[in-house]
Amino acid sequence: MNTLIAITGLGVLCLLFEILNFRKAIVPITIIGLLAVLALTVSEFNSPMSYYNNMIVVSKYSTSFSSLFIVLTIFLVALSHDFYEDHPTKISDFIAIKIFMLAGAVAMVSFGNLAMFFLGIEILSISLYVLAASNRVNIKSNEAGMKYFLMGSFASGIILFGICLIYGAMGSFDMAEITDWSRSAELPIWFPIGIALVTIGMLFKIAAVPFHFWAPDVYEGSPALTTATMSTLVKVVAVATLYKLLSAMNIDTNPYISAAFINVVIVISIASMTVGNIMALKQNNVKRMLAFSGISHAGFMLMTLLTISNSAGSLLYYASAYSLSGIAAFAVILYVCKNKDNEDIENFNGLGKNNPLMAVVLTASLLSMAGIPIFAGFFAKMVLFNQVIEAGYLVIVIAAVINSIISVGYYFKLILAMYNKEPNEAVAKTPFVFYAVAVVAIVLNIVLGLFPSAVLDLLG
Amino acid sequence: MDVTTLLIILLVGALATYFSGDKWAPKVALLFGLTAFAGSICLLSQYNLGNDINNISLWISKPRIYFALHADGLALTMLLLTTALTPIIIYSSFGNTYKNAKAFYALILFMTFAMTGTFLAADGILYYIFWELSLIPIYFIALIWGNGDAEERKKAVVKFFIYTLAGSLFMLVAFVYLYQKTGNFLISDLSHTNLSSTEQFWIFLAFFLAYAIKIPLIPFHTWQAEVYQKAPTVGTMLLSGIMLKMGLYSVIRWQLPIAPLAAKEFMNVFIGLGIAGVIYGSIVALRQKDLKKLLAYSSLAHVGLIAAGAYTLTIDGLRGAVLQMIAHGFVVVGLFFVAEIIFRRYETRAIAEMGGIREQTPKFTSMFMILVLASVALPSTFNFVGEFTVLYSLSQVNIWFAILGGTTIILGAYYMLKMFQYVMLGETNTKVFADVTFNEGLTLVIIIAVLFFFGMYPKPIIDLITPSLENILTQVNRFN
Repeated sequence: MNTLIAITGLGVLCLLFEILNFRKAIVPITIIGLLAVLALTVSEFNSPMSYYNNMIVVSKYSTSFSSLFIVLTIFLVALSHDFYEDHPTKISDFIAIKIFMLAGAVAMVSFGNLAMFFLGIEILSISLYVLAASNRVNIKSNEAGMKYFLMGSFASGIILFGICLIYGAMGSFDMAEITDWSRSAELPIWFPIGIALVTIGMLFKIAAVPFHFWAPDVYEGSPALTTATMSTLVKVVAVATLYKLLSAMNIDTNPYISAAFINVVIVISIASMTVGNIMALKQNNVKRMLAFSGISHAGFMLMTLLTISNSAGSLLYYASAYSLSGIAAFAVILYVCKNKDNEDIENFNGLGKNNPLMAVVLTASLLSMAGIPIFAGFFAKMVLFNQVIEAGYLVIVIAAVINSIISVGYYFKLILAMYNKEPNEAVAKTPFVFYAVAVVAIVLNIVLGLFPSAVLDLLG
Repeated sequence: MDVTTLLIILLVGALATYFSGDKWAPKVALLFGLTAFAGSICLLSQYNLGNDINNISLWISKPRIYFALHADGLALTMLLLTTALTPIIIYSSFGNTYKNAKAFYALILFMTFAMTGTFLAADGILYYIFWELSLIPIYFIALIWGNGDAEERKKAVVKFFIYTLAGSLFMLVAFVYLYQKTGNFLISDLSHTNLSSTEQFWIFLAFFLAYAIKIPLIPFHTWQAEVYQKAPTVGTMLLSGIMLKMGLYSVIRWQLPIAPLAAKEFMNVFIGLGIAGVIYGSIVALRQKDLKKLLAYSSLAHVGLIAAGAYTLTIDGLRGAVLQMIAHGFVVVGLFFVAEIIFRRYETRAIAEMGGIREQTPKFTSMFMILVLASVALPSTFNFVGEFTVLYSLSQVNIWFAILGGTTIILGAYYMLKMFQYVMLGETNTKVFADVTFNEGLTLVIIIAVLFFFGMYPKPIIDLITPSLENILTQVNRFN
């Protein structure tokens, strides 16, 4: 709760900076503020509490995921200064929107009431619609914003409808009561329908197959920093929320739903992995490629739903590994494509010669996503496989392994361009923050890879 | 000395090499390579004194993964092979200059680090991590410093990477499956599981995919010749000298003890695949016009025989396989170095463009001749000991295997001597061919000395490996 208040306060402060003409200092001040919020969140880890009639429930799950979101936001804010160089007057707005988005994200993982859950989704989504369309003069960015808004509001509508049906079945918005009553044997048919609708809406937000059609266009059209936000922060927020929602509904123990639910999860996660990977193979635009790769990673993360009662730790680990390597990769992409009008793979030619450090970081983050050891991505996959095999779903693991092999194909396309092609032009100067963010993110990723227990054991 | 120290030496060496700059990198790398060799000698002497060489501590609590290193006689032998060949390979490259040498030599040491880890690891996941890690440096070595057209090289290297990764991921699934039975990944527990024969069959197959691609066995060998040809010679030496031994070692260390029933039931199939590799490799080698490709296919033939020996599940087969692994490691490094020496002078690898070198280079010719004879298993060379033991074990299983496997010597002698004839003999070449430099000569002499010494006196190695192999055989026979 304190986290949420502090974040909102920080967002308001950002808006005030505009009036006080503090633009130059806004990024460092916001980062310091976020670090303080991070400390506050971590300090709440061991003291579960609920506030305002169970509107907000602070638990280990919510604090650990909130901490991850805050860390990711710090990286995204740090990258903002140089990214919005050409629009100095708007920087406070953009940063304030990001902070509000973070507030939405925190509300989404710490909701104790379906109303709060919906509020969180809307705060997050509306901020994102604005960010997607934030490059006003670019027609693609406008298109992206429009598409995202239409699709997103459609999904919100479906979620709202689902919430209504759940309310109709349970007579309450309160998650604790819903959890209690969902254990009873006699449930009205609206309850599973409601769950299905909410899940569909969330799968839209996650961009899992078959609800993924908006993602590539929106990712490509949006400004690169917004794409980074969507494919790292927003994706893990949506998966974490869906996980929390479904585990609170006792979906795994309910005799009427669980069998169908398991089948649906298996189909959706295999489809997401496969479609995402196969489409990514053909892409020439790096942002689009990472969009499809993100779809396939969503498929991996959805596998945790199969063992929903005990895989919160591995979901947190997978989400951290994926989003940290995503941030590192996007920091390099932002640097490479800073003054280019597209993000085609040719722009990366010869990066290994021009800027070895950035090339190494991008290579490392791609290897992490591909699941090569010592990077956190490897343990994320291994732990996931372990849990899913333990639950007896060997088939989906084999599908996942085949997909990991396919994914190497397109990750290596980028690596090959960096090391095996001649550079197109002279070296551009790199702003310090790009280095800092890229290196810190990848180092965190490797640290996670060397000491996985630190995160895996957090959520038991 | 603790066994972990050895790994730390190599890792620190890789970093130190990178930061020492292009000029000093080769020397620093050699220094650390020699230090690691000294370290493994030190470990060997501790082992001979009866100390247990291991280091086991819990790394990750859930799932239970140990940081477990353990060296028995077999692992120590492989360790010595790796750390002895690394300085030789580094030293042999002193005649070349590489762009961005600091990264090049750092990657070599890093690869040695990963391979050493693979040989020492006693926990499945730790082993898998080292196994995969060794892939990354060789990928970049071949990609960046390789020769030939960039596009073709790219294709060959990516194929290699995806093949090997694909194989090893299935091995990972097998490990995770085994974990459900034992609750940890330690080899000491994994090799005592009581799996049903169906389970063993699938696990054996998953391991087989990883190893057959790495070794490589027919029909998973298609990446090999291209990569050997396109990689810089140092990379080829690392691949053929050490890295493919990782696959063979893993068969003996992991695959056979974990799934012995499948190994027994399908013994003929796997020996057959090895023998098929022998015949196929030898016949294809006959027709090669490129010196490096010819050596690649001859290597395919030899490892096929080694794998066949390991799959016989007899003490002679395992022993012969290990001996032949070491012998092949040295001889193949020597032969690829010979190809490099010729390339340094003639800028070509096409056999047709060579010839008539003998007149100008007495020293080089005799050393090359010795290596060729060693490679075709001339008695008194180390290769003879290994090859003979393997063939003997094959004859215990089925005399026809031994006869077919024996063609490796006949065909090998044919294509190697034919190659020697076209490369070295014939009318005197008009192009000047300088005799070996001190550096080249010393490298070859060391290799030849090793081959002859152990050819005459293989007892130290046999004594070192036999107890460990007997131990493995008791695990293999636990179902009888």
